[in-house]
Amino acid sequence: MAENIKVDLELDLRGLLCPLPMVRVSQNITNVPIGGIIKAIATDPGSLADIPSWARTTGNEVVKTERADKDITFFVKRLK
Amino acid sequence: MEQKTEKKKATIIVISGDFDKLFAAFTIATGAAATNMDVTLFFTFWGLRGIKKNMTTGKSLFGRMVGLIEGGDVTKANPSKYGFLGMGRWMFGKMMKNKNVSGLSELRQLAIDLGVKMYSCITSMEVMEIDKKELIDEVSGVAGVALMVEEAQNSEFSLFI
Repeated sequence: MAENIKVDLELDLRGLLCPLPMVRVSQNITNVPIGGIIKAIATDPGSLADIPSWARTTGNEVVKTERADKDITFFVKRLK
Repeated sequence: MEQKTEKKKATIIVISGDFDKLFAAFTIATGAAATNMDVTLFFTFWGLRGIKKNMTTGKSLFGRMVGLIEGGDVTKANPSKYGFLGMGRWMFGKMMKNKNVSGLSELRQLAIDLGVKMYSCITSMEVMEIDKKELIDEVSGVAGVALMVEEAQNSEFSLFI
């Protein structure tokens, strides 16, 4: 998936530690329409496990994860 | 995945007033609530520190003694190891601030914002002479073991911390 993903909301979660990155994504998921995308940038290595797990449990989807230096960028799609 | 209209539930019984255990309880509660669960916390005995206001409690001699030793709110919780008469609390507070981890009161506020329900155990309030008005206003109510058992029966997981 090299094409650009249309982002509806961007969250800067750098510096936040568990459980905050996942909580912030969950608090904001209803701020995008169904099918919409949240781009969340975190630095907590735990979020690599937590955010996909949160998505599976809540029925949403992490469509792409990027890593650059310390930044971990998630593209989370709201499915319902 | 099966589709349920009703949210899944989680119940956490908090008996410890230790900093690290309260931290775990509020973190799990927050995480579960963010994952779309209905979370209920029951605070009993030393765990009542988790929902107390910052004031001394007690009426009788022993009650006031307990109030003096156990006095204060969640910010006065000491870690279960490395207590060092309050030094440990200060040290952990500093370490957490440096790592940008939220403190106990912030974490509790987050749990409240996410709709986590909090009940206090009536019997331990009686024994320790803690009044309802000495608990934070966000406490949903006082309860006994029957409500706890009912909640636990309907829960996906129950924890005793």
